[in-house]
Amino acid sequence: MSKTYVHAPGFVAGDRPKIVTSRFEFADSFTLERYLATDGYKGLRAALARPANEIHEDVKSATVLGRGGAGFPAGTKWGLTPQQVWPRYLVVNGDESEPGTYKDRLLMERDPHQLIEGCLIACYAAGLSQCFLYIRGEMALAQERVATALNEAYAAGYVGKNILGSKFSVDIILHWGAGAYVVGEETALIESLEGNRGMPRLKPPFFPAANGLYGQPTIVNNVETLANLPWLLCNGVAAYTAIGTKTSPGTRMVAVSGHVKRPGVYEIINGTTTFRDLIYGQEFCGGIRNDNALKTFVPGGGSAPWFTPDQLDLPFEASQVGPAGSMLGSGAVMVMDETTDIPAAALTLTHFYAHESCGKCTPCREGGTWLERILRRVVDGNGTDADLQQLLEVGAMICPGAFPHAANEKLGLTAVPFPYKMTTICFVGPSAFAPVHSALTLFRSEFEARVKKRVTIPVTAVGVSA
Amino acid sequence: MSRLNDTNVKLAREIIARYPRPKSALIPLLHLSQEQNGYITREAMQHLGELVGVTSAEVYGTASFYEMFKFEPVGKYLINICGTMSCALMGAEELMHHAEKKLGVRAGGTTQDGMFTLAHAECQAACTEAPTLQVNYRYRLRVTPADLDNLIDNLKAGKLNDEFPAHGVLAKVRQTIPAERAVGAKAPEDVTESPAWLDGKAAL
Amino acid sequence: MTIVDPIKEQAPVDPNVVNLTINDKPVVARKGELIIAAADRTDDFIPRFCYHPRMSPVGMCRQCLVEVETPRGPMMVVSCMTPVAEGQVVRTATDSVKKAQEGVLELLLANHPLDCPVCDKGGECPLQDQAFSHGPGESRFVEEKRHYEKPIAISDIVYLDRERCILCDRCTRFADEVAGDALITFTSRGNDTQVLTFPDEPFSSYFSGNTVQICPVGALTAKPYRFKARPWDLEQTESTCTSCSVGCRTVVQSSRDELVRYQGVDIDPVNWGWLCDRGRYNFESVNSPDRLTTPLVKNGAEHVATSWSVALENASRMIRMSLAQNANSVAILGGARGTNEDAFAWAMLADKLGINQRDAQLGDGLSPEIFNIAQATIDETCAASTIILLSPDLKEELPVLYLRVRDAAQKRKARIVEFSSRDSGLSPYAWRTVGFEPGHQAQVVRETLTSAEMKEQLGRGQVVVIVGRPNLAENEVFTLQALAEVFGVVPNAKVLPVLRRGNVRGAVAAGLTPQNNSGDAIDILNAAAAGKIECLILLGADPMSDVADAGLVQRALAQVKNLISIDTFVNSSNRNADIVLPAAAYGEKNGTTTNLEGRVSNVVQKITPRGTSRPDWMIATELSIALGVDIGVSSLEDLNQKLVSSVPAFAPSADAKSTHGDGVLMTRETPVTISGSQTKAVDRNAYNYRLIVSRTMYDTAQSTVASPSLVGIINDSAIYVHPLDLARIGVVEGTNVRVGAEGTNVVIAIRAHNGVHRGTAWLPFNHTGVDVRPLLNIAGDVVDVRIEPIK
Repeated sequence: MSKTYVHAPGFVAGDRPKIVTSRFEFADSFTLERYLATDGYKGLRAALARPANEIHEDVKSATVLGRGGAGFPAGTKWGLTPQQVWPRYLVVNGDESEPGTYKDRLLMERDPHQLIEGCLIACYAAGLSQCFLYIRGEMALAQERVATALNEAYAAGYVGKNILGSKFSVDIILHWGAGAYVVGEETALIESLEGNRGMPRLKPPFFPAANGLYGQPTIVNNVETLANLPWLLCNGVAAYTAIGTKTSPGTRMVAVSGHVKRPGVYEIINGTTTFRDLIYGQEFCGGIRNDNALKTFVPGGGSAPWFTPDQLDLPFEASQVGPAGSMLGSGAVMVMDETTDIPAAALTLTHFYAHESCGKCTPCREGGTWLERILRRVVDGNGTDADLQQLLEVGAMICPGAFPHAANEKLGLTAVPFPYKMTTICFVGPSAFAPVHSALTLFRSEFEARVKKRVTIPVTAVGVSA
Repeated sequence: MSRLNDTNVKLAREIIARYPRPKSALIPLLHLSQEQNGYITREAMQHLGELVGVTSAEVYGTASFYEMFKFEPVGKYLINICGTMSCALMGAEELMHHAEKKLGVRAGGTTQDGMFTLAHAECQAACTEAPTLQVNYRYRLRVTPADLDNLIDNLKAGKLNDEFPAHGVLAKVRQTIPAERAVGAKAPEDVTESPAWLDGKAAL
Repeated sequence: MTIVDPIKEQAPVDPNVVNLTINDKPVVARKGELIIAAADRTDDFIPRFCYHPRMSPVGMCRQCLVEVETPRGPMMVVSCMTPVAEGQVVRTATDSVKKAQEGVLELLLANHPLDCPVCDKGGECPLQDQAFSHGPGESRFVEEKRHYEKPIAISDIVYLDRERCILCDRCTRFADEVAGDALITFTSRGNDTQVLTFPDEPFSSYFSGNTVQICPVGALTAKPYRFKARPWDLEQTESTCTSCSVGCRTVVQSSRDELVRYQGVDIDPVNWGWLCDRGRYNFESVNSPDRLTTPLVKNGAEHVATSWSVALENASRMIRMSLAQNANSVAILGGARGTNEDAFAWAMLADKLGINQRDAQLGDGLSPEIFNIAQATIDETCAASTIILLSPDLKEELPVLYLRVRDAAQKRKARIVEFSSRDSGLSPYAWRTVGFEPGHQAQVVRETLTSAEMKEQLGRGQVVVIVGRPNLAENEVFTLQALAEVFGVVPNAKVLPVLRRGNVRGAVAAGLTPQNNSGDAIDILNAAAAGKIECLILLGADPMSDVADAGLVQRALAQVKNLISIDTFVNSSNRNADIVLPAAAYGEKNGTTTNLEGRVSNVVQKITPRGTSRPDWMIATELSIALGVDIGVSSLEDLNQKLVSSVPAFAPSADAKSTHGDGVLMTRETPVTISGSQTKAVDRNAYNYRLIVSRTMYDTAQSTVASPSLVGIINDSAIYVHPLDLARIGVVEGTNVRVGAEGTNVVIAIRAHNGVHRGTAWLPFNHTGVDVRPLLNIAGDVVDVRIEPIK
């Protein structure tokens, strides 16, 4: 039976290797004192004792995958900056707001120094001369904990000018968000950090690594990604890659929410842990509440197409989840049991993405809201069967072509692999359609039971001439 | 008087100086302004425009994009009840109905005494602890209707003043960068050389 | 469409040339060019809303989706943000592209009101047109549409209908990126996004009309055109704006023989499609009911209408009688507001009559020798490494040139070194702004340009000096001295002369400039005041408004025995003229005009002249016949032939077609060097304020005052000082003060202005209300004034 700690709400420890959550057991895990007592800033010292390019090589060969959603290896990302263009910046994405996702906030609240150390290692390795730590505005405690930690770290000489007396100097600037989900998208994050409306830029040409903050090369890394670095530097590449699989080494934090017995945040071994382990395993969630049947689950945050019990044995491995029709995303599993009202559940997500659309591109701005309005009508019992078709057709304007979905034996469906085509700039528009599409594909009967059968009178039957 | 006061102007200048370009400080300064006044006023936006060197329209364009900035007074306590999927699955709607009854206002409304504003919120990144709510962006987790009653009663009674500062106060701790430790921000065009530590040798 | 020539294909590969196919047809493109721009040279139109070739692409309307072949199959990309690539295969009309484009259009129309029948844009609306050509045919959107208050005035001129807006970011991008006036912006978010100004702060941009022109729907409309005409009732012709000397290319549109709208035309060398609001909307003055429609002759104290034959007969008698006295007793002022042909006809007439005293400038420009120094075009200026400003505030006087220079500084490599006695519209974009007190610019220029930093900058490439008359209260000599200092440091610099009046360069080249060493406009006025001018001809000139020293003009006009005016309006100068001949206005006549860089382009008649008014050249021809010195002009074409064959500068425009579109540059003289004279400005008494008098875009110019949409924008007269000087004077903003110079006092409101330097005072010229000109004695080299509170 796994332990939980009241001071780390939601976090469930376990008998597994811990890379980023190792200090969560301590009530004072966020203090510099505790941090230093538990190998704190040792990774930084180890890094500074070697030339910067070697550290970059380490991160590359350890294949530290991005934990923000796209899963792109951090070391490779750092290498995409154009040669000899200065300055380069590090922007830390702490704007965690993907539905179902709850891990970066814990890392910031419980172990801010680990994040700071990770930022320093990244700046050192990739030659980034200023770091901006963008924290979601609605996270007051995370703001306070990170601010305190930064103040301590500056005073102690870990951040700022001539770090630890070396020639390495970098400022870390704590930045406040102000409530906009889309800012979690890296180019929108950069816009927001420039003081603008957080509207994504089109990639290409605005790949941050080449053309980011103020048009300079910019690395945008997720909080959890950077939190991996101190451990990696302390313990070495071999120790890191010994955990997980070759393509997905290390661990990752996963939040499991919804209708499970023990919802919580777990640091799991990457690549091998399966969804069945996570939902039913005794060291994890321990099964569905009231031992109900599992109806469906969202495997990778609100944007991901849904899985059914057919996919329970898939591991946390992008190369398997993608072909199965969904994505691992930001490490968020939302579980729905047999009692769930599927159309209503889908509506909460579609409403979310329609509401969070930045309004920049047409398909998302207009299509997201349109989807929501039709779906709400259906959920409220005022829909028609034509509305169900219309949902799919509006969706096709956002995501033309086949939309990914899981295989389903009972329904005789074979999987359509990830990713989808899209007419939008970023993933917010398609994300409004994903829950509608999954719900309609996997649970169409629930929608049909909801809509009125409309009797269509053929045009020829109307007595125009009479 | 809703321009920044002298103390805050000083703080604002400090914050502006941290960024390579002044406009980057706009969102932090909007928070500062909201902390001072409880919401974002017209004069405040004009003042911030002067401080960071942009038009008032640009300040308004940025400010109105973000949910946290309020352009009209809100209650001392802004209660945001999350309604996104995990919370919805765990009873967010019932919680909202209960809150509406308890406070006597609809979602989006403010109580007559100006104490509470009740609002629907989107995912608060505490999904495993559903249903959740935030009072002035500070959490209450796995909230039952009874918990909510308690919370509101205690807020009314002033028993939670330490935990929940008035709306606008975002973080009770701010970053301060000691001048002697700061590297300092430079406009990107003024940086032309590679960082000193990229000389192929260890830094320590 | 460009077809690859098989023979050329074997030529060495140019790294800047990219070969691709669009819909299986080969296209040659420039490296870095966007697919949509390359496709615009083919027959395959890619629909678009947010894309505008003169602004940064944002890729947000998503209408221009096309397919590009990739190793993993066709990929959908927005053609407005995807550059061409060698061997690229682009398809713009496959089934999936069509479906995507139809989808985007249906989505754009979802919330768009169907008020096309009452919408000004209907009939010329890109949304309407592309809904037909690339849309789905019908909408499946059955929900309630977005609702907003119907049009709200966002400025004195522009109205915004947010229901029609499709949020393409064109107007907001223009305001921020092109005009530098970020006064309109997206507000709110998602489906609630709307374009708005800051509450109660209007979109008071000099360039606001451009947003109306580039709006792809009827969301932005402009007061002068609202509900005036339907696009299918419009007749139009391409012409050149002559409101100032930039020479923006326009389309002049009329309905029922009335001018109703100007639109900017995109030509590369000049205006890139943009117009300023004054140039765009002052056509209203052409339609003004106050226009002169018939010749007037003085009968006692009154003007009475008469026939052309009587008026011309009277005029020729006056001229003849005056000439009989003395060849120097006749003078001509003006001519800069007409065409090259107008000016040339009058110059020929003057030649025949031996009139040497003629000047198209009114003492507010620079000596014409400025045209003989090495010249730069606008393009050459904007491509320069260093642009030195010895000019008036371009934003106020030559607005579209300001846009070009701002663009050069913001997006290209040009660095602006500004010398000015007051902050200008370009100051925020200048690399270095160096202030000077009027009269001391030469010394400041010398000291600045010899610094090490500046030497390095000047050595980086071409240097162009934009030179004009920055201050009507200082001797023009100071500017020429400063220019000579620049040439002392950078001998191979070039100049872009910025004399503001519409066709001043053409008029000077055609011969309306002092001949045989006779004096300029100020000398002519002085001679008149001394009783030495019997007959003065005002050729579209209003010296009472335009000459800084109004007292001199008043004395001159009082002394002149015979005053003949050729004009479109009765104004303060010709109110007591003996004869007033009604002239055809812009839009009512054909010809060519010359812009500040010497570019000759055509102006085209769109409507019939009001009443019996006629072009200046025709009046000159008729007068010449009446005077018995027939200049031998039988038609405009004939006149033009005479111009291009007898004035070498105009020879390049011999082929009339060359004056269409981009126009053609005049022949440039072999450059001469400039030497500054040795005039020195007196030192200022520390109690005084040195005066800077300059123009703003909206002043009491006839064409502005007679335009109902613009007249309300003109500011009231005031004197502006630095905020600290305001405190020193001891008054608060807005109170009246007494401003005195050499025995003259003016009582005027005072205002603080951060752009005014300490110890100086700025008086905008020709604003409404208090007449400030009694303070301007241009006989002095500079003007110092006392400013005192009124006790």
